[in-house]
Amino acid sequence: MSLKTLTTGGLLCAALALPAAAEVKVGMITTLSGGGASLGIDTRDGFMLAIEQSGRTDLEVVIEDDQRKPDVAVQLADKMIQSEKVDLLTGIVWSNLAMAVVPSATAQGKFYLSTNAAPAQLAGRGCNARYFSVSYQNDNLHEGAGAYATQAGFKNTFILAPNYPAGQDSLTGFKRFYEGDLAGEVYTKLGQTDYAAEIAQIRASGADSVFFFLPGGMGISFLKQYADSGVDLPLVGPAFSFDQGILQAVGDAALGVKNSSTWSKDLDNAANATFVEAFEAKYDRLPSIYAAQGYDTANLMLSALDKAEISDEAGFGAALKAAEFDSVRGEFSFAANNHPIQNVYVREVIKEGDIFTNKIVATAMEDRANAYVDDCKM
Amino acid sequence: MTTTLILEQFLNGLQSGIMLFLMAAGLTLIFGVMGLINLAHGSLYMVGAFCAATAAAATGSFALGLVAALAGAAAAGALIELVVIRRLYDRDHLDQVLATFALILIFSEGTRWVFGSFPLYLDVPEALSGPVTLPGGIQYPLYRLTLILAGLAVAVGLFWLIARTRIGVQIRAGENDREMIAALGVDIDRLYTFIFALGAALAGLAGALVGAIQSVQVGMGEPVLILAFVTIVIGGIGSIKGALVGALLVGLTDTLGSVFLPELFKLFMAPAAATQTGASLSSMAIYILMAVVLIWRPTGLFGARA
Amino acid sequence: MTRETLFNLAVLAGLVALPLYAHLADEPFTITLATRAVILSLAAVGLNMALGIGGLVSLGHAVFFGIGGYAMGILAFHAQNYMPLMETPFLIEGTKSMPLIWLAAVVASALAALVIGLLSLRTSGVYFIMITLAFGQMFYYFAISWSAYGGEDGMSIYVRNGFPGLNTLVPIQFYGLCLAALVLALGFNGALARSRFGLALNAARQVPERVRAVGLDPFRLRLVAFTISGAITGLAGALFADLNRFVSPTMFSWQLSGEFIVFIIIGGTARLFGPVVGACLFVVLEHYIGGWSDYWHIWFGLLLLGIVLFGRGGVIGLIAGKARAHG
Repeated sequence: MSLKTLTTGGLLCAALALPAAAEVKVGMITTLSGGGASLGIDTRDGFMLAIEQSGRTDLEVVIEDDQRKPDVAVQLADKMIQSEKVDLLTGIVWSNLAMAVVPSATAQGKFYLSTNAAPAQLAGRGCNARYFSVSYQNDNLHEGAGAYATQAGFKNTFILAPNYPAGQDSLTGFKRFYEGDLAGEVYTKLGQTDYAAEIAQIRASGADSVFFFLPGGMGISFLKQYADSGVDLPLVGPAFSFDQGILQAVGDAALGVKNSSTWSKDLDNAANATFVEAFEAKYDRLPSIYAAQGYDTANLMLSALDKAEISDEAGFGAALKAAEFDSVRGEFSFAANNHPIQNVYVREVIKEGDIFTNKIVATAMEDRANAYVDDCKM
Repeated sequence: MTTTLILEQFLNGLQSGIMLFLMAAGLTLIFGVMGLINLAHGSLYMVGAFCAATAAAATGSFALGLVAALAGAAAAGALIELVVIRRLYDRDHLDQVLATFALILIFSEGTRWVFGSFPLYLDVPEALSGPVTLPGGIQYPLYRLTLILAGLAVAVGLFWLIARTRIGVQIRAGENDREMIAALGVDIDRLYTFIFALGAALAGLAGALVGAIQSVQVGMGEPVLILAFVTIVIGGIGSIKGALVGALLVGLTDTLGSVFLPELFKLFMAPAAATQTGASLSSMAIYILMAVVLIWRPTGLFGARA
Repeated sequence: MTRETLFNLAVLAGLVALPLYAHLADEPFTITLATRAVILSLAAVGLNMALGIGGLVSLGHAVFFGIGGYAMGILAFHAQNYMPLMETPFLIEGTKSMPLIWLAAVVASALAALVIGLLSLRTSGVYFIMITLAFGQMFYYFAISWSAYGGEDGMSIYVRNGFPGLNTLVPIQFYGLCLAALVLALGFNGALARSRFGLALNAARQVPERVRAVGLDPFRLRLVAFTISGAITGLAGALFADLNRFVSPTMFSWQLSGEFIVFIIIGGTARLFGPVVGACLFVVLEHYIGGWSDYWHIWFGLLLLGIVLFGRGGVIGLIAGKARAHG
């Protein structure tokens, strides 16, 4: 971990009155161990790739592992703010961890740039001038899937998601832009691994399509079991279950499935081409959406640093909000509540040689902001 | 809701119960004979799945994957028995819980170290993929049907091993009186290593079989471990028969609860609220079942001793 | 004065001196870390009453920790949103006052411990370990899907709750409060262990028949101990929530229950200061080994294994020799 800087010395002898060598200090809290580590590792690698490409030497990134535990994340945020004295925080993957860290970080006067999690609370009444989501608003991909289901002419969709806030938001988001009827609505257990019962319900429901939000391992299990069940209805889901990191583990079962995403590796713009090539060259694997969002977050931050000192809060905030950087997602700007306005695409899972990956087949929504802009009083 | 759907859900509950039995059997055997609580049993399940995925990817054969899972998990089991577990037999449960908790940490992060953070690929073999039509018009995946039969075969084999073979006699004797069988000239150390490896192999087999339709990833063993504990506690710790009954009870409660509780709540609640409340209650159902069983029979359904 | 007493005094002196030093050196994060250690110590001190003296290996003590946390979360949530907690039959308002929150946390977790104890203490040994685990899982899944209070996202409380006469936002002052709670709990625990109740409880662990013979009911002794134990852990939960200004269902997780047991064993089972030493060591290790390697759990696991296999009696056992009173 050459990137990781440590407070040398330990508890007692931390005489940190020394002037910091770097002018800007960034704290990254992300998940690097345990079950969800692949997402955090991609976030970190994408972010650091952009930092490296910038060639800046006056910038220091402190990286810590939150183990996907909210209380550890809070403690790390306290540490970064109180003892590392970082200027800006970023990197959290999960919404529940973001809810634990972001409100108190912004209350302590720090900027927070989200590389992934963007729960509704922080977009609406809880919005903050120091908080920017560079990824999306959590509902966006589900809204995109709903819009696509409507465009594709689905009339009777069966929808399912885990029984926790992100799952409930997901189904709400889908329904916001889906105009057909629901053949069924099911909440599964968080972390569930066997979906035989739900698949039987889908088979019996008379649905003409299925929307599912089951991130990570849950999605792998569902897709494999669905493919093996003989139920042959079209599937739609947000990108989380079709990520580069997990597609290889799903295999043929995912082929042809449509999923909504704000980014894809075949998105046609110069910044994206550079990013995909550089990422593959450096890390010897294809980037995921988490890597893309990490990369964009770093570039947004760098673009703002070129324009204003981070200590100049109003100036730096305005520079962030201008979003003058080359996003790998193409057109990119911020809505009034500091969440992106961007296209939501529909991708299809394909096989390129031996590798399973996605290609864009349609645009589900153009220049989508989010449903909470009016609730935000900044 | 049609009869076909109810029957299909019943089969699903049966199938998850049978797989749980493979986990629970080893756990209960190890506790019954050696008096050891093994929290690391879920790690052996994970080892089995990873061995199967690696071997199947290298050779292209699911059967070889299963062999690798059995061998890998048995070897891992025998290794930790020799190095760690055997020092724990005469310790209290507290030390056992803690030491095997430490083993979970070592196994999980060790696996991540070796295989990386991304899930592995393991799929249902070609010959067993896709659904078949059962009498009554039920469309059911052939692979799940195979799992039920394979699990039942293992259960029968296990009962036979314990009731009819020389090893079985030693196992039963070991449950009753350890000093005596040692005095009768049985090499108790080897017996213990064998039983532990057997339990590990069963867990590894379950991991490989289930891994084909689930996600092979670090941490996959822990949810199953807790379910397996619930199972053997309901059945009575140490009893293979109890493990079978408990596993079926847990499998059926879990599956049927998640299907029927939301329907039940829809009778007197708005659909969206009912779905959510039903789902919440069904995720607690097996733990409620366990608490009720223990309050009614403090040593489980077939348990003899505390 | 025995070596153990001397050692305990040294630990206590360290807990006072270190944060004071950090305060003077303007290292607020060290104080935060120490506060975390002290609160986790308090939770484990609570468990130690059931586990160390009573021999009740509870793998579900996170239930009480979580209930304490949610007591704080719910009361403060209603106070910060100016929403009454309930209006009929009588009005209950939320509150941001620590003493009231602590009272609610202690009462709620004691009640939960009483009910769980009534049901689980009928079992013993492994069954007891497992039924407490089952209750933990029940609460965990309930909290995850309880959308009124954030579900899995948990609840953020933006400003730390207040204590009359103190500014709890100053790290050292909040630390002082937590340390005072810990010292009181330790004093209580020590007095209780030497009391008739404590002796009877200890005897009920070792030879229940003999306790029964002198006319005492081991079940009731254990139930009382379990209830007090749950109440102390609940108080720790409320403090923990205030430290993080955040509560979430992970406070109910079985891994946390496991960690409480780990603290006690690392420090030394049935030692008064065992949980304190264990929790402090854990926090320091988590913080510093966590910085060295992504795979730090391996090293932590090996260390734990070493302590269980070779270091019987825990850290205090190594330093202060064999325990005298408890076997």
